[in-house]
Amino acid sequence: MTARKEEGRWAWRLTGFVTLCVYIFMFAPILATVILSFNASMFGGFPMTGFSLQWYAKLMNNDAVLSAFRTSLWIALVTAAITTAIGVVTAFALVRFEFPGKQALSTLVILPALVPETILGVGLLVLIKAADQPRTMLLLVLGHIMLAVPYVVLIAQARMVGIRRVYEEAALSLGASRFASFREITLPLLIPAVVGGALLAFTISFDNTSASLFWRPAGVETMPTQILSMLKISISPEINALGTVMILVTVGIPLLGGLILQSLTRLKRRGEPKEETT
Amino acid sequence: MPETQDTIASPRPVSAGAADAAAGASSPAVEFRSIEIAYGKFVAVRDFSLSIRKGSFVTLLGPSGCGKTTILRSIAGLVDISGGQIMIGGQRVDDVPIYKRNIGLVFQSYALFPHKTVFDNVAFGLKYRNVPKPEIARKVSQALAMVRLPGSEKKLPSQLSGGQQQRIALARAIVFEPQVLLLDEPLSALDANMREEMRVEIKKIQKETGITAIFVTHDQEEALSMSDRIVVMNAGSAEQVGTPEEVYETPATAFVADFLGKANMLAGTVGKPGAAAAITLAAGQAVNVASAARLAPGSKVTVVVRPQKLSTGAAASGNKLSGRVVSTSYLGGSAIYEIDIGGGVTIRANMPISGRVFREGEAIEVGFDPSDSILLDEGGRRIS
Repeated sequence: MTARKEEGRWAWRLTGFVTLCVYIFMFAPILATVILSFNASMFGGFPMTGFSLQWYAKLMNNDAVLSAFRTSLWIALVTAAITTAIGVVTAFALVRFEFPGKQALSTLVILPALVPETILGVGLLVLIKAADQPRTMLLLVLGHIMLAVPYVVLIAQARMVGIRRVYEEAALSLGASRFASFREITLPLLIPAVVGGALLAFTISFDNTSASLFWRPAGVETMPTQILSMLKISISPEINALGTVMILVTVGIPLLGGLILQSLTRLKRRGEPKEETT
Repeated sequence: MPETQDTIASPRPVSAGAADAAAGASSPAVEFRSIEIAYGKFVAVRDFSLSIRKGSFVTLLGPSGCGKTTILRSIAGLVDISGGQIMIGGQRVDDVPIYKRNIGLVFQSYALFPHKTVFDNVAFGLKYRNVPKPEIARKVSQALAMVRLPGSEKKLPSQLSGGQQQRIALARAIVFEPQVLLLDEPLSALDANMREEMRVEIKKIQKETGITAIFVTHDQEEALSMSDRIVVMNAGSAEQVGTPEEVYETPATAFVADFLGKANMLAGTVGKPGAAAAITLAAGQAVNVASAARLAPGSKVTVVVRPQKLSTGAAASGNKLSGRVVSTSYLGGSAIYEIDIGGGVTIRANMPISGRVFREGEAIEVGFDPSDSILLDEGGRRIS
C-alpha cells in the first residue's frame, strides 16, 4: 500500500520535473531576449550590468526599424483581411457543396502549407521573372496570402463542419435567399473561425522571413528581414529590444483575439438535442 | 375507385390546362402527381401520388428509410424530384426555390438560430416578407402567446428547454401564415412526458389556425392520435392511405398490419369457402373468418388478428385457439401473453385482467370473433 503510494509520488515528481524542463526549453530563449533587452551593457550577453531602456529609445529613433515595422503591420493587416475572406468562402464551398474535383481541390488548397517556404519563395519569384513583372508590394502581399490561406481554410472548415445544415435550411424555408441565409446565419456562427483565422493569418504574415526575403521589392524591409540585416552587422542589444517588441505583437494580438473570442462564444448554445437518424 | 381527396391517385396523364383551371379555392393544399425521387441509382420514392385537403392533418408514417422525410423535404424544396409534379395550392412548384415557397418547416432538432433571440427567431420569416416593424412585434407576441411562451422574446434558445425550443420553432414556422406546415419528426428529440404534451399542443394549434399540416413520424401512436389521414409508407411508396381507424382496423397489406400495432399473422389454407370461410391454420387449428369475397378452396391466406381482439374465459367467443403461455408481461390493467399455439407458431394477446393472471407454462384458450380479423392473400394484400 505504502509502496504504491511512494511509487505514485515519484511518478508525479518525475512528471513535474519533465514538464519544468520542457517549459524551460521552450521559454528560456524568449525570456533571455526580453531580459537582455533591458541590459545596460553594449554587449548583448549575460551577466547584466544594469537596467536600462536605452535600446528601446534607440529603436524609437531608428527610422529603418520604424519603417520596417509599419510595412510589416500593413502587410499583415491586408493579408489577414483578404485571407480570411478567401478562407471562409472556400471552407463554406468545400463543406456545403458537392462538385466534381472537390477532393482534389481540398487537398490542393492546403498544399502551400506543406511545401517548404523557401521553395514557394523561389517558385513565385521565378514565375514573376518569367512573366517579366517587377517585385512589388502587391507581390509580397499576394505571397503572404498564399502562405496563410491553407491555415485559415483549415480553421474555417473545422468550424463549418460543426454548423449543422438545418440552420441554413430553416433560414431558407423562412424566406431568406441563399446569400441572406449565409450572411445572417452561417457567417455569425462562423465568427470564432473568422477571428481565429484572421489572427493566425496576421501572425503568419508578420513573422514571415524566408519567403519575404525573396519577394520584397528592392529597398523594402519587413520586421524579420530588418532584424536579419541588422544581425549581419552586429549582435546589438537593440535587436533584443526589437525582438521583445515582435514577441509582444505576435503573442499579444492572438491573446487579445482569444479574449474577444471568449466573450463572443459566451453566448454559446447548450442543451442541443441529439439528432436521431431516421 | 373514384378519385377522392386524400387518397392515392392512380398515375394518369395530366392535362395541364385542366389542372391549372382547377387551381383555386377548391384545389388541394398539396398534391403529388406520381413523383419520383432518386439519388443516383437509388430510388428513394417511386410513383407517389397523394392529394391533401386544405386544413387537414396528414401523417406520413413508416420505418426508417421508407422515404417519408424525403417526401416532406421535396415539398419544402430541399430535395429535387426527378419525376412527376408537386403542386402547392394548385401551383406547380418544381422550379420554385425553397425561399419562395410559402411553407413553414419544423425540424426534429428544432434548428432555432442559436445566436438570435426568441424574438428574432420568430420574426425571421416576417422580416423577409417585408412586414412592417410594429406589425412584426404584434404577430410575434401573438404567436408566442399561442405556443404558451409569452414574454420570452428576449431569451436565447440556449436558455430554453427542449420542449420550449420546439414551441418556439413551431411559432416561427406558423407566424407568417404559410400555406403548409411541414413537421419532420418534431417530437422525436423530446422526452416521453414532453412528447405527449406537445402532441396535444401541436394538434390544438393546427386546429385553431386551420393550417394544412404534414407530419412525418415513425411512431404509430403519434400518427394514430394526431392525424386526419395517415399515409403508411414502405420502401419508397405508399402502402395505404386512410383515416387512423381505417389503417388500423382494416390494414391493406401485411406490412401495414405488422407496422401498426404488431398484429398476429397466422398462415393458413382455405378449407370451405363461404360468408365465414373455414381456414385451417398452419399451426393445426381451424378458424372461421368473415370474408365478403369468395375464396377458392386450397388457396393460401393469412389471418390477421390484433392482440387486443383476443379474449379469454367467458368473454372468448367465436374462434377458439388453445395453447400454452410462453411469457407474461403484467401491465396492471391488462397483460400481454405470448402463447404457443402449436406448429412453432406464437401469438400475442393483450387482454384485460379478469380474475387471474396466467403464468408461464399454463394452458390457455383464447378466442376472437370472425369479424374481428381480416384476411390477406398470398401476396400480402387484403381480401375485401
